[in-house]
Amino acid sequence: MTQTAPPPAAPAAAPGDRRRRGRAATSLGAASGLGLGIALVWFSLLVLIPLTAVLVQASAGGWSTYWSILTNAQTVAALELTVGQAVLVTAVNVVIGTAIAWVLVRDHFPGKRVLEVVIDIPFALPTIVAGLVLLSLYGPSSPLGLNWANTQIAVFLAFLFVTLPFIVRTVEPVLIELEPEVEEAAASLGASRFTTFRMIILPSLAPAITSGAALSFARAISEYGSLVLLSGNLPYSTEVASVRILSFVEGDNLVDAAAVASILLLVALVVIVALDVLSRRVARYG
Amino acid sequence: MPASTHRRVRAIAALAASAAAAVLLSGCVGGAASSTDTGSTILHLVSYSVPKEANKAIEQKFAETPEGKGVAFQESYGASGDQSRAVVNGLEADYVNFSVEGDVTRLVKAGLVDETWNSGPTKGIVSDSTVVIVVPKGNPLGIQGWADLLKPEVKIVTPNPASSGSARWNILAAYQQVVANGGTEAEAKAYLTEFFSHVTSLPGSGRDATSAFKQGAANVLISYENEAILARQSGEQFDYLVPEATLEIESPAAVLKNANPKAKAFLDFVLSQTGQEQFASLGFRPVVAGTPIPEVAGANDPKNPFPVPAKLFTVAELGGWDAVNKKFFDDATGLVPAIQKATGKAQ
Repeated sequence: MTQTAPPPAAPAAAPGDRRRRGRAATSLGAASGLGLGIALVWFSLLVLIPLTAVLVQASAGGWSTYWSILTNAQTVAALELTVGQAVLVTAVNVVIGTAIAWVLVRDHFPGKRVLEVVIDIPFALPTIVAGLVLLSLYGPSSPLGLNWANTQIAVFLAFLFVTLPFIVRTVEPVLIELEPEVEEAAASLGASRFTTFRMIILPSLAPAITSGAALSFARAISEYGSLVLLSGNLPYSTEVASVRILSFVEGDNLVDAAAVASILLLVALVVIVALDVLSRRVARYG
Repeated sequence: MPASTHRRVRAIAALAASAAAAVLLSGCVGGAASSTDTGSTILHLVSYSVPKEANKAIEQKFAETPEGKGVAFQESYGASGDQSRAVVNGLEADYVNFSVEGDVTRLVKAGLVDETWNSGPTKGIVSDSTVVIVVPKGNPLGIQGWADLLKPEVKIVTPNPASSGSARWNILAAYQQVVANGGTEAEAKAYLTEFFSHVTSLPGSGRDATSAFKQGAANVLISYENEAILARQSGEQFDYLVPEATLEIESPAAVLKNANPKAKAFLDFVLSQTGQEQFASLGFRPVVAGTPIPEVAGANDPKNPFPVPAKLFTVAELGGWDAVNKKFFDDATGLVPAIQKATGKAQ
């Protein structure tokens, strides 16, 4: 079905187009050459070199050490919990985040401005404070009568809290740019609301949703601060990968710490690539 | 031609901009380092966060002595292990104060602290404390000692022994009290296993554990006597009890090899009666015999704040930190990870 689909819609086609016109990449002007140089130096100093250092550190003990660290039952449990909850949280965010962005862009209601600002608070709040707030709300002295502290639900909640803004903030500007006339045209041609959403809106939003999802996932797997008080850090139950890494560092076990970190990096890479592929697939529907 | 001059101008502009940024950055760093420059000598004090108040009080008294005249302090506080690693990685330090010996040993291995640092009369230790059991006000569960922690309704919070070095005192105390009371190692292990089945939260540090306890995450907190006293001094409403058999917590301090000579004078002052009195008034047990004990607000009995437990044991009696870390906390061979595996899987 995808093979026989009509030619790609304009926004999704852009990256493919650029790749085909290979000539454009080699004839950089002086200014863009300088820009590219600065970008690469900056990127190398801040990202590439540190990441390489992590990988070098992780490989310091050789394959057998690496393997024994990664098959350690406690590490596996921590990685499973972290990645599992991050996937779950990202899935929830894709739905809820898009819905919130929709409401913020398309609907007008009193207090909208306030909501716009409040959405960003999880970005600004130091995560340990977030943990404390969540603990008082969902912990043993919860006014709601819930007690989710020190359970895996606490991990899920903390991840949800810190990743909420990502998809909202990536989807919102795209939704604003989206012309309602296109939807009206679709409707006038007899498309149902669902068809319009699936064929018109979703393909345009897909790149924004997936890049928000990638950010949200990456943020979740590295979360530490909000869990310190909330999750209890119980091995095999609520201990996340970042706590495991911290334990290795405290034990002066940098090779082990780097090994776990390298797995997180790999998982993040796989998920980001997978989301990108998915985004292209969905965009092609349009 | 014009294009190439254009290019050159832009390159120069970019260079100038980055040079300006570099100057700005180094300016920030330099500014931070010299901000407290009021005396003729600056001592860099790097410490774990708990004795912050005590260190400040001692610094004030030190400044009143002829030795300490004109000495200004630049302080850095944080988690003990992090602070120690920071010093290894180049954080400037003259005097270090950590919560566990291992953090000083790390500096010895890095060649920053002399091997003889712990050869003095107090063996490098500047303050003591004990492992205590903290319970909600009024002790609703009637906890009297370690044995009561295995009651079915007990939920324990204690800092995470994996990610916090000083949290290990608590676990060792829980284990060794069985042995001190005449039990075998196997019985001690059995106790610790059951102890861990009651643990509901392992926060990152002692302070985090106190916060989690305050939020009601558990009904028993294993903590340090000084932490309990400090929390009560700042208005917390909970009770604590010093178990009959418990572990002595020993916090070391050391002077770095290339430190300003005033740092040694400061260490001597910390170990003087005046210095030790400051520690005592903030809930730490003095390490120098004969230190007059002031009234300590927040202690169970402010007039007799540091009751001596019937059986007080030390890490040295357990074989020292190297042996203890291998036996209890090593990821592959340690008792605690094995117990956590057993209890964690069961939950």
